[in-house]
Amino acid sequence: MSTPMSPSASPSRAASLTLAWRFAAFHAEGFPVLPTLILLVLVLTAVFANVIAPSDPEIGTLGERFRPPAWQVGGSEKYLLGTDHLGRDVLSRLIFGARVSMVVGLTAVLFAGAVGTALGILSGFLGGWVDQVIMRVTDTWLALPALTFAIFLAAVVGPSEMNIVIILGAVYWTRYARVIRGEVLSLRERDFVRLAIVAGCSKWTIMRRHILPNVLNSAIVLGTLMLGVVIVTEAALSFLGVGVPPPKPAWGLMLADGKKGLMAGYWWLTVLPGSCIMLMVLSANLLGDWLRVKLDPQLRQL
Amino acid sequence: MTLLEVDNLVKHFPVKGGFFTGGGVVRAVDGVSFRIEAGRTVGVVGESGCGKTTTAKVVLGLETPTSGTLRFEGADLQTLDAAGRRRYRRSVQAVFQDPFASLNPRMRVGAIITEPLVVHEQLARGEARERALRLLDVVSLPERSIDLFPHEFSGGQRQRIAIARALALEPKLIVLDEPVSALDVSIRAQILNLLRDLQARLGLAYLFITHDLAAVAYMSHTVAVMYLGKLVEFGPARAVATAPQHPYTRALFAAALPSHPDERREDVTLVGEVPSPLAPPPGCRFHTRCPVVMERCAREEPPLVHTDGRLVACHLYSPTPGVGPWQPQRAAPGSLTSPSFTTGGAP
Ligand SMILES: Nc1ncnc2c1ncn2[C@@H]1O[C@H](COP(=O)(O)OP(=O)(O)OP(=O)(O)O)[C@@H](O)[C@H]1O
Ligand code: SF4
Ligand SMILES: [Mg+2]
Repeated sequence: MSTPMSPSASPSRAASLTLAWRFAAFHAEGFPVLPTLILLVLVLTAVFANVIAPSDPEIGTLGERFRPPAWQVGGSEKYLLGTDHLGRDVLSRLIFGARVSMVVGLTAVLFAGAVGTALGILSGFLGGWVDQVIMRVTDTWLALPALTFAIFLAAVVGPSEMNIVIILGAVYWTRYARVIRGEVLSLRERDFVRLAIVAGCSKWTIMRRHILPNVLNSAIVLGTLMLGVVIVTEAALSFLGVGVPPPKPAWGLMLADGKKGLMAGYWWLTVLPGSCIMLMVLSANLLGDWLRVKLDPQLRQL
Repeated sequence: MTLLEVDNLVKHFPVKGGFFTGGGVVRAVDGVSFRIEAGRTVGVVGESGCGKTTTAKVVLGLETPTSGTLRFEGADLQTLDAAGRRRYRRSVQAVFQDPFASLNPRMRVGAIITEPLVVHEQLARGEARERALRLLDVVSLPERSIDLFPHEFSGGQRQRIAIARALALEPKLIVLDEPVSALDVSIRAQILNLLRDLQARLGLAYLFITHDLAAVAYMSHTVAVMYLGKLVEFGPARAVATAPQHPYTRALFAAALPSHPDERREDVTLVGEVPSPLAPPPGCRFHTRCPVVMERCAREEPPLVHTDGRLVACHLYSPTPGVGPWQPQRAAPGSLTSPSFTTGGAP
């Protein structure tokens, strides 16, 4: 019964039509082919980082510091994308950086998603004081600027990959809780939920069997959109030195290290990791945007 | 045998008003009494908003009544213990109007129709499947339906799925809230016939809610006509349909059914809007639209009285208080025991 909506059918979709969007979203029947390909390549890169990377990302050769990419004067074929201030291979660091971003991004999105979806369902379905408490907390959370909040938490608990995931989850679960609660409020008025009560299902069974599967689409859409936000936040935290701790090749960290070399003309130390972040975030957003139109129950006829 | 006895049921919904308007209560159901016999159908008709669905929800335990009692097989529902309530849940199932909203789009048909069974009995997987196949057969759906999702079916087929699910627990009463209103006209008769067959085969009782007067006459043994939360006429289906007594019922059926050629029936049609259940008119609630309204109608609320083998709430049939020694029998709440109601007419 579901008819795929044309992208222009959604007003909010039209609002997100930026120039970059038009440029990057090469569409085939609405499906964002290019963003999906980019994400796929990044995922594969992350999974097979130790196979693809030409050298160790964390050990450099001090004699080979600040080598430009291979095609520039002074470049070497051994370092296709040049080396950094410690003589480490930039390409290898970018490849392993994809792994860091993916692992941190996906786990944080899953963590935030699981917590937010669970609380959103409880809040929307049970109502009453449960709803009051959860929504008060959510509103307070949402009033705090996300990045400042994350920096504060990171400064408190100290930098490690594990902590980053927890911090990102703690900062972003509210986005899910809000959206999912709204959807549960309309779902629980649906006849099949009433009939589940008539059939004798407990509240718990109804939430698990009737509510959860019907909000999963929204959670997935939100997760895809949040992936970009989470990765940018991770990069920002790493850039500020409160994220992934130094020898690890995180893109945000590479950006921070590279910024000193910008004046000296070592552009590859900043432009390359910056582009990687941008590509990943943009791709995730475009895919999420498409999924939203495709899966959003408000837009889709059941 | 009386299955369900509803006595003076009241359901009010408090509504929040605006800043200046203040709140109020929607008098969705305001003192309704009826009874459902085992294996029989009580049809409920009335215009939109008269409280049919609210009555159904109270019977299904989806809303708690503001006041009034429900007795199932003689036991007051409010005093039931957990086991008793569970037994009541098993005995009363429902089919709703919208076949697109009443099936979980994420569940396969097999899981949908056996869910009530799985909840109430610890069923092995194979056994559940067995039961599902049997239920599909009962509602004439092909076996392969069991592994499909609801969106792969038409409206009529979905309503069959919903009926199969309602049958799973072998209930005694099924609440049918406009079960065919959302379907194509060509399919309605099929579903109604299926429901009648099932009643004959399984001895089910129905609370059949509808807008469709032809359907109610066809399906029901007893008909209850509601207006603004009140019962205005209650009696054997044939009598109510062919010789309606209450001016509201007359107006409803005059528009819907061709009258018998021998019968003189003035063709009254309803004019105007149904008043708001937030502020129902005083006296007889129908007096703002009644074609034969009398002076006392706006002052006094007419009681339900026995007349012509049924109960009618209208001053045309109610006695004038204090006139003469003659007092016809008044129906006290919960005493709807005229023999004509327990036997009912053949639908
Ligand atoms: N939860 C509620 N809160 C407030 N008012 C309600 C609620 N549910 C129903 N009502 C009101 O109660 C009245 C009766 O509603 P009900 O759904 O029982 O009517 P109905 O006879 O089933 O009508 P329809 O034929 O349109 O289905 C309506 O005026 C409705 O607006
Ligand atoms: S009581 Fe009066 S207003 Fe009401 S239906 Fe009878 S005649 Fe009409
Ligand atoms: Mg209704």
